[in-house]
Amino acid sequence: MGGYWLTAVIFTPLLGALFVLAQPEERAAWRAGFIFSLIPLAISIYLFAAFDPAQAQYQFVEQYAWIPQFGISYHVGMDGISLFLVILTTVLFSLTLLYSGGGDIETRPRAFCFFMLLLEMGLLGALLAVDLFLFYVFWELMLIPMYFLIGIWGHGRRIYAAFKFILYTMLGSILMLVAILYLVSAARAHLGHLSFDLPALYGVPLSHRQATWLFAAFALAFAIKVPMWPLHTWLPDAHTEAPTAGSVILAGVMLKMGTYGFLRFAIPLFPEIAIEAAPLFLALAVVGIIYGALVAMVQPDLKRLIAYSSVSHLGFVMLGIFALDPQGMEGAIYQMLNHGISTGGLFLLVGMIYLRRHTREISEFGGLWRSVPIFAAVFMVVMLSSIGLPGLNGFVGEFLILLGTYLSKSLAAEIAVVGLILGALYMLYAYERVMFGPITKAVNETIRDLDAREVAVMAPLVVLMLFMGLYPRPLLRRMEPSVNALLGRVHAAQARLDRQPRHPHSLAALLDSTSVAAK
Amino acid sequence: MTAQFPALALILLFPAIGVVFNIFVGPRAGRNAVNVAGTGVIFAAFAVGLWAFARLLAMPAGAALEVTLWPWIIADQFHTAIALRFDALSAVMTLVVSGVGAVIHLYSIGYMAHDEDYARYFAYMNLFALSMLVLVLADNLLLMFVGWEGVGLCSYLLIAFWYGNAQFAYNGRKAFVVNRVGDAGFILGILTMLSALAAHGVWTLNFAGLQAHAAMLAPVATMAGLLLLLGATGKSAQIPLYVWLPDAMVGPTPVSALIHAATMVTAGVYMIARLHFLYALTPDAMHVVAVIGGVTAFFAATVALVQSDIKRVLAYSTISQLGYMFMGVGAGAFAAGIFHLMTHAFFKGLLFLCAGSIIHALKGEQDMNRMGALWRRMPITYATMLAATLAICAVPGFSGYFSKDLILERTFEAGDEGLWLLGVITAGLTALYMFRLLFLTFHGTSRVAPDKHVHESPPVMTVPLIILGLLSVAGGWVELPPGWLWGGAFSRFLMPVLCRSRSQAAHGAAGGALGVVAMLATLTGFLLAYILYIQSPALPGRIAARASALYHLLVRKYYVDELYNLIFGRFLFWGSTNVLSRGVDSGLIDGIVDGAGLGVEAAGEVTRRSATGNVQVYAFVYLAGAVGIAAYYVYLVMVR
Repeated sequence: MGGYWLTAVIFTPLLGALFVLAQPEERAAWRAGFIFSLIPLAISIYLFAAFDPAQAQYQFVEQYAWIPQFGISYHVGMDGISLFLVILTTVLFSLTLLYSGGGDIETRPRAFCFFMLLLEMGLLGALLAVDLFLFYVFWELMLIPMYFLIGIWGHGRRIYAAFKFILYTMLGSILMLVAILYLVSAARAHLGHLSFDLPALYGVPLSHRQATWLFAAFALAFAIKVPMWPLHTWLPDAHTEAPTAGSVILAGVMLKMGTYGFLRFAIPLFPEIAIEAAPLFLALAVVGIIYGALVAMVQPDLKRLIAYSSVSHLGFVMLGIFALDPQGMEGAIYQMLNHGISTGGLFLLVGMIYLRRHTREISEFGGLWRSVPIFAAVFMVVMLSSIGLPGLNGFVGEFLILLGTYLSKSLAAEIAVVGLILGALYMLYAYERVMFGPITKAVNETIRDLDAREVAVMAPLVVLMLFMGLYPRPLLRRMEPSVNALLGRVHAAQARLDRQPRHPHSLAALLDSTSVAAK
Repeated sequence: MTAQFPALALILLFPAIGVVFNIFVGPRAGRNAVNVAGTGVIFAAFAVGLWAFARLLAMPAGAALEVTLWPWIIADQFHTAIALRFDALSAVMTLVVSGVGAVIHLYSIGYMAHDEDYARYFAYMNLFALSMLVLVLADNLLLMFVGWEGVGLCSYLLIAFWYGNAQFAYNGRKAFVVNRVGDAGFILGILTMLSALAAHGVWTLNFAGLQAHAAMLAPVATMAGLLLLLGATGKSAQIPLYVWLPDAMVGPTPVSALIHAATMVTAGVYMIARLHFLYALTPDAMHVVAVIGGVTAFFAATVALVQSDIKRVLAYSTISQLGYMFMGVGAGAFAAGIFHLMTHAFFKGLLFLCAGSIIHALKGEQDMNRMGALWRRMPITYATMLAATLAICAVPGFSGYFSKDLILERTFEAGDEGLWLLGVITAGLTALYMFRLLFLTFHGTSRVAPDKHVHESPPVMTVPLIILGLLSVAGGWVELPPGWLWGGAFSRFLMPVLCRSRSQAAHGAAGGALGVVAMLATLTGFLLAYILYIQSPALPGRIAARASALYHLLVRKYYVDELYNLIFGRFLFWGSTNVLSRGVDSGLIDGIVDGAGLGVEAAGEVTRRSATGNVQVYAFVYLAGAVGIAAYYVYLVMVR
């Protein structure tokens, strides 16, 4: 399969960004930005149709030399793991651009659309890069537009939030860069030349100590991005202060870069260490699930509540990933999409109500169903998707994750199930205070219901929730070969670990000794 | 033997059409269109159910109709499909759900005639019917769970139907969350079974497949059985998760009749009967089922004795009757449990509809202290309610007699004399609280507020009363003592599906004697009610004053709500707010992060002063830093 499809999908947003800047009039930016975002969306739908579900390898591959003396190439490809994240990205960008033009963003729409499209390029590039250097470039590239989106169009404490966001992420990124460079230099002895090409770096012989540190560096960068407990505190601030579009993209796609990083880099590059570290990650994931849900429950601000719910949901994703079996991993990828759709939807809805009332304090609302029934009904569906009601998308992911986890580490699944109860509790509790009860504030009597544009933004998400809940087959089928290929690497590593005596300083030995000490 | 029967999908399609119509078209189409569509789709589903039932009867015993609609969740070897199965057990459930459901939908037309939100009401009711039918027709445990949580959702939506009342909204959420606790058990039960099967390379959740591989489930049967029982106690309002049902009564009364009496709350009983092959492996779990049922039956009946809200009495009565069903299935008498489920759907659905008729006539009054002497003014309601009361009190000849008697008899046979005795005492209590209810509302002196113009309900409401009244009388005749006409036709129909290992003991001489004891208990209850509420109505007050501690314990429902609230409400919120949110999150973690941040800021002090600390400067500081460090390492690793 040839063609320039992936290059097209990555760089049309860049063209769009430049095109938007060239608009003579600020207001024209909205139309230009939205229409340009439809091009990558259309391409990604074509990619879905043309994707060969039976293949595990990268498809639509393009590779050109870039900096040959360092072994850096422009190498992009798509497999069953990145396919749906690409579609999620293009869908959410089109919807948020459509939404933002409806009054959410008042100042400097041209610059806003420019940064949004630039961000889309960064995200798509990072998802499709098969070269570590290329990946890192895109990885850093997506931080900058997000930084500006929060910093310029954000709310109240936006500077603090943007600063915290950058501080946290940079900490991880720098370590990851060091790790990439170290890995490449260590691989030179094995390969005979420098190469940043991911497939070439798989299976490079590393000492246990080297692999452990490298894994730790990658894992830290990704865990911050996910974010895993206890590295999550940048998220509530970033979400709360970001404009709606920023929150949607941050939750919908950007957090997935963390979990995606585990699937694409940290686990396949260092499978032995991933196996050894799995108990640690399962434990942190479970803590995140429960902790995120409990803290979400007591938030007075809707956006903070959703932010903490993300910590809980992403805990489920990490649980599925580190179950290291097909059900868990497919469930995790599915749940990444679910979270993008449902949490993206929740942030859009909160944006819509903020636009009307200029507040997100739950106590400012109450009885909204009477004044805005369509809004309330859509919110209900999105909420149910978020809490994993069977029949909607969230359940498919959660069930597979729980199944996969139960089969490998039943205790983790048993605790995680409590998260399902708490999820219903905090979501319904918030919903009740916002939508039900008597109208206590006179301003809430007269707010207007969703307009046609807002319905058009939410309708595709609701349709996706139903479709993915009832007929997940087209998605799961395309993920499976790639997931199995990745797990093949893990199983091979497991076999190697089983053959050799356990390294005394290994993470697993360390974990064992601490658990023994605890007893 | 199984046969493909694609028309089964119609049983789901009709209510689904109703949902879509009532959401998108209903509000504009007007009240009549909604009434016709909302009710018609359920009658249509019932008609298809009858068609399938006729097909099933024509097939040999133990047969089933099936249809696979599409593949659902498939990951590696794990495989489930959206597939339906209509065997004898599903047939009974489908006909009860769609039949009683259709009648109650019809009644709703009258009950909701003055409510502006009729389209939303019928949308929810249709969605409930759809979910409940998914639950009973599912051919695998996971699809059953879709219906299982779906009915919970509808329950939540309908309890909070009059959402403007904050208390109603709270009660709705309480129902959903408590049910979710049970659902967590359900999910873990599924996972437990699946992992036991997966160890043998079997990856199925089909009921047929599970039954075929039941031997592999033996090691986990008790664990799985107890976890699924937790799910059942949530949905069927048994100890310890019954607390949501009394509060669910704030929903419209037809909802209480359909969801919180006739159908949804029986899902737990259905699930246990459906998984009879699992429970057959584990006498321990079975015994827990029976004990929970017996204790709940007794406990709820005592609370029902002192409640003054007519619907609350019926709610506790429902919990108590569900307890009987649990006793039945726990004793291995699955058919008897399902039999009582069916007769209960008739008479308890009817009791709620009668209560609704009274409440409707009294413009929302639910306190029995403000009723009395209504029988002259509401003769149809009175007659049907009397029939239902006689049925629930298991008066010979009425439907409840056959089913409750069978459960008590089977419990005794199973060797649980203690539980049997508890059941008999509960039967006495049942007669006491039911006749108390009947006397307080229809007899004695009128305590109705003088401004209320009491009238009999319109035909659209009384016709359903009469239909269910007839069923409450005659619904039990499908299972007669052996040798009488067709004998135990109902158990014969179900037995091939439930394939109970224990032999079907006949209603022998012992059965007769046991029945007499139960009848004596009922008679005692009736006489007590007569003395207390007709002969000397001042007596109950004096007794309550004399035994005020006990009385308050019962009125406050043993303070269980207060206890749960303290543990799961206050403690959880306090801990989450003060320990997690303020302590760990803002205090500990952010303390570290902000500390680090301050350090970096201090380092960047010079830059900041010169550039007034705006956004761009931070960006450049960091980018420059990043590039600098990157360049340094590139230099270190490659160039050197």
